[in-house]
Amino acid sequence: MAERRSRLRAEQLTALYGGTAAVKDVTLAFPPNTVTAIIGPSGCGKSTFLRCLNRLHELAPGATVRGHVLLDGYDIYAPEANAVAIRRRIGMVFQQPNPFPTMTIYRNVAAGLSVNGRATRSETDQAVERALRGAALWDEVKDRLRASPLALSGGQQQRLCIARAIAPRPDVVLLDEPTSALDPLATQSIEELVQELKREFTVVIVTHNMQQAARVSDFTAFFYLGEMVEHDETARMFTAPREERTEAYLTGRFG
Amino acid sequence: MISLMTRRRLLSRVMTGATVLCAVLALLPLFAIFGDLVVRGASSLNWDFFVKTPAAAGDTGGGVANAIVGTLIIVGVGAGLGLPVGIGAGVYLAEYGNGRFGVLVRFLADVLTGTPSVIVGVFVWMLVVRPMGHFSALAGAIALAILMVPMVTRTTEEMVRLVPHSLREAALALGFPRWRATAQVMVRAAWPGIVTGGLVAVARIAGETAPLLFTALGNLNFRTNVLQPMQTLSLQIYVFATGPFEEWHRLAWGAALVLMSIVLVFGLLARFVTRTRFRDG
Repeated sequence: MAERRSRLRAEQLTALYGGTAAVKDVTLAFPPNTVTAIIGPSGCGKSTFLRCLNRLHELAPGATVRGHVLLDGYDIYAPEANAVAIRRRIGMVFQQPNPFPTMTIYRNVAAGLSVNGRATRSETDQAVERALRGAALWDEVKDRLRASPLALSGGQQQRLCIARAIAPRPDVVLLDEPTSALDPLATQSIEELVQELKREFTVVIVTHNMQQAARVSDFTAFFYLGEMVEHDETARMFTAPREERTEAYLTGRFG
Repeated sequence: MISLMTRRRLLSRVMTGATVLCAVLALLPLFAIFGDLVVRGASSLNWDFFVKTPAAAGDTGGGVANAIVGTLIIVGVGAGLGLPVGIGAGVYLAEYGNGRFGVLVRFLADVLTGTPSVIVGVFVWMLVVRPMGHFSALAGAIALAILMVPMVTRTTEEMVRLVPHSLREAALALGFPRWRATAQVMVRAAWPGIVTGGLVAVARIAGETAPLLFTALGNLNFRTNVLQPMQTLSLQIYVFATGPFEEWHRLAWGAALVLMSIVLVFGLLARFVTRTRFRDG
């Protein structure tokens, strides 16, 4: 694959839990304004890899990381790097919708803005509306911004979490199996949203659903037993995988 | 010959009946106590009871205004000292307490919970009363605070641990510093439960007598200075119920009813707070 300038790049990344490597020596680049899907069977290290990209992995007890992750050329694992500041540039959406239950819909979206320092009321209003429109949720919640997020459906809650993640205008958005807890209709709306997100952000999505990877991504990386087996343009990988193991997985012979 | 199914059904009925009986037995003392207090104590309650201090020994009339105000002051100061420490320690244990120090704190809190309250009273007498040279409401409040800290610590820890880990991750992924994720997300989500635990602990210390015997001492006069000996309802009940005068016994019943009502109000408040989970902001 021709090397395009990459926004985010993992270099020889190894992630360990205690002495066990969950991700082994992965080098993978994410070009700006693209969607990269990470697929593979359960336990292949795809979620762990994603959590290394915003330094969330290291918070688990006994978890360590070796290697580098470059965000616009800057190593987020450099000794002087500030993990908290880095996470403000890399948004993340989780498997289960996890809006803050004690905050209103409005405060949820504004949560990431307030940690970035003082913004005026009208600036926050604008940012919240922009993020909710970006998450295709504005029309459904604009009349109840002061309501509890728990009053929303699961799909709406997940779009709220996407709005919360993109409100601070990060460079990269990480999605960790964002539709695994949702019904087919809600899944469809999230998938459409992922297509929209790449206009503004670099998107990485972990999914165990191969069809979803084929539908939403430009590039796909196949992980197996902690290693990255293959990485290619999605169209090419799904039609002509180079590796035997990739083909076996894609055709449903394991996983 | 009874069929197997019939036998099982019968056994199920018997066991269900037994647990219901136990539940009734467990609640019986509460109703018996409260009923008895209303019957014997209600007749003592009049205007004088709430605004006057006890009459001189042998005289009739008088009230327990000094004890009611004293209870509110000592329990208030005790809660003011104990709640922040207990809540802070509980949050620490839940969020950062997985190391060796956390295990030690948790163990000591459990030991302190089981410490007889009279020993805490003696301890505070040594620590506060003796150096000061006299008994004081402040010493009583410190004793009550020491008693409530481990209770509040453990309930707070439990409540914060109940908050899903995914909320902390969501906050951290947004770039919250660790302390802000703790304060603004975890503790806030656990807050109704923390308040409930705090109210239960306050209700619990409001009825303590033993630790106050060596600290607040008691006082037949109306006092609001926390550096002086002060009366509480529990001490008043103890002194009057064991005293020789009929009038004192009457006041003791009334005081018991008032004290029980205060505890009940805290219990109801705790229920109410638990129910209103969502707050704006």
